Amino acid sequence: MAMNGPLLEVRELVKHYPGVCAVDGVSFAIEAGRCFGILGPNGAGKTTTLEIIEGIHEPDSGAILYRGLPRDARFREEVGIQFQQTALQQYLTVHETLRLFRGLYPRGRALDELIALCRLEGFLERDANRLSGGQRQRLLLAMALVNDPALIFLDEPTTGLDPQARRNFWELVAAIRAGGTTIVLTTHYMEEAQVLCDELVIMDHGRIIAEGTPEALLSHHFDDAVLELPEADFTVAAETFPLPVYRCNGRIELQCSDIDHAVATLQAAGISLARLRIRPRTLEDLFLKLTGRELRQ
Amino acid sequence: MRLRRLYALVVARNKEFTRDRHALGWNLLFPLVVVIGLAFAFSEESERMPWKVAVHGEAATPAQEALLGLRHVDYLPVDELERAVRSVERHRVDLLLAFDGVQTRYWSNDDNPAAYLLERALLAALAEAAPGQVPELQRAQVSGAQVSYVQWVLPGVLAVNIMFSALYGIGFVTVRYRKNGVLKRLRATPLRASDFLLAQLLSRIWLIVLVSVPLFAGMAWFLGLAVEGSPWLLLLVLLVGTFSLIAMGMIVAARLVSEELADGLLNLISWPMMLLSGVWFSLEGAHPAMQALAALLPLTHMLEAARGIIFDGHGLLEIAPHLAALVLMTALFLAVGARLFRWE
Repeated sequence: MAMNGPLLEVRELVKHYPGVCAVDGVSFAIEAGRCFGILGPNGAGKTTTLEIIEGIHEPDSGAILYRGLPRDARFREEVGIQFQQTALQQYLTVHETLRLFRGLYPRGRALDELIALCRLEGFLERDANRLSGGQRQRLLLAMALVNDPALIFLDEPTTGLDPQARRNFWELVAAIRAGGTTIVLTTHYMEEAQVLCDELVIMDHGRIIAEGTPEALLSHHFDDAVLELPEADFTVAAETFPLPVYRCNGRIELQCSDIDHAVATLQAAGISLARLRIRPRTLEDLFLKLTGRELRQ
Repeated sequence: MRLRRLYALVVARNKEFTRDRHALGWNLLFPLVVVIGLAFAFSEESERMPWKVAVHGEAATPAQEALLGLRHVDYLPVDELERAVRSVERHRVDLLLAFDGVQTRYWSNDDNPAAYLLERALLAALAEAAPGQVPELQRAQVSGAQVSYVQWVLPGVLAVNIMFSALYGIGFVTVRYRKNGVLKRLRATPLRASDFLLAQLLSRIWLIVLVSVPLFAGMAWFLGLAVEGSPWLLLLVLLVGTFSLIAMGMIVAARLVSEELADGLLNLISWPMMLLSGVWFSLEGAHPAMQALAALLPLTHMLEAARGIIFDGHGLLEIAPHLAALVLMTALFLAVGARLFRWE
């Protein structure tokens, strides 16, 4: 299909709940084939934004355009959705659950192909409510893909997974993206956003506070790196140290644009550099800089 | 496409039900336990005193007056002769007297020992009142075994089972789906609310028929009960009645989120129905206010139609008012349920 303009466009979404403005004037546009991330802490309004786009909630105001037009019945048939929390019907196996959802769509992917893609072969006949965290997320992803959607929404798909399962899931998402499916993903893991997303917005208190590609965001906001030391190794008083110092989870962080100078200052203070680590800026630092808070609070 | 969606949902729901051993077990066990328990409790035929004589028409001669003078006999005036003959066949009354001017007819049942004794007593009373005269008396003979209480209550127990299955299977389960997010996930598909509700309804009707028909057949055999009327008509009553009970459950299912509240509401609906719909005792002779109240409950109409077919051989024409009431209630419940329905 010839396409001009973005696949999905959101304009000035607003949603109030009693006492809170959950979404406060959010706008963005997503080109076909991209992986678009919505990054932010819990309660930032990511899920509400996503569920308004999905049609689960009505916005108080704002517009949502799919292929340049307001959403219609075709939208439901062409998108796939993975909620943050989903209950599955009881007493159905993985295979039966997939068959049920495949039956709800007029068109879709062959189940065998989907089973191979999401690596469900090992537990097809198991009760869908008795899966490990990673298996369950793969099944939910397969359910979101069952209609061969042009656009999928993944709401915090890796929350609660162990690191190995999370990495496996990332591989899957990358494969789906490589297949040409447009992806909208929310997460509060900055690493996830950095690995998967072509483009992202950072949300806080219902607003977008930054947007762009991960690289552009970082280079725009930072021109420095971070030096990290275990707190025990930092043997001088932070107040008397010539450079600004931050304490963070048992570590000492120095933010500096001139690394040579910072290292020399540390050495001059008699601090051991044996366990010194130098790392580039991350989205987590960006969030801290923009809001004064850590992402996962 | 719509059929495909319905099929997928109905199959899934059927599997969910048949694999839930507790629900299925309860569904099969409840009527069996109640009926077998009642069969033992009522296995001794109780001696019925006083004897009952139905009286049709007014006594016009002294001889006829004499027939109404026996002590320890209840004389019950009746309007419909045909119905009263049924009652003689079913041992609900022991004898039927019909006065037509000076003519007197009576109906007696060969299979009822009380009828034999009553007949002797009446003839003796007549001879005493008008000695030497030939009484103008015509005798009519009917036969038929008494309907035992357990046989009579069997349709009621099954109807209660159907009622619980319909109300909870739709009302409670949909509320649970809404609470735990199954409905939310379904909503994210092209599925429409009406399709979802229709699928629940079809699945539940199918399961209820699947459970109730063999249960009824098996227990009727066990109790020596033969259906007088058409079994197909009985199946129709089962379908129409179940439909109305499911529609009732849909009102509860429409938008509640709390399972506790749904449970309370379902209790509030099911208990009065269980007590007032004539499940355990006949509504004949009950207080008119209670009869009027019972007429508002779908279970009453389902049961009266079913018992009419089973015990009195009623045809479509005779049960039509009950079917009409059920259809009307179903339409009302569906309209309210569909109007109130929310995915979340």
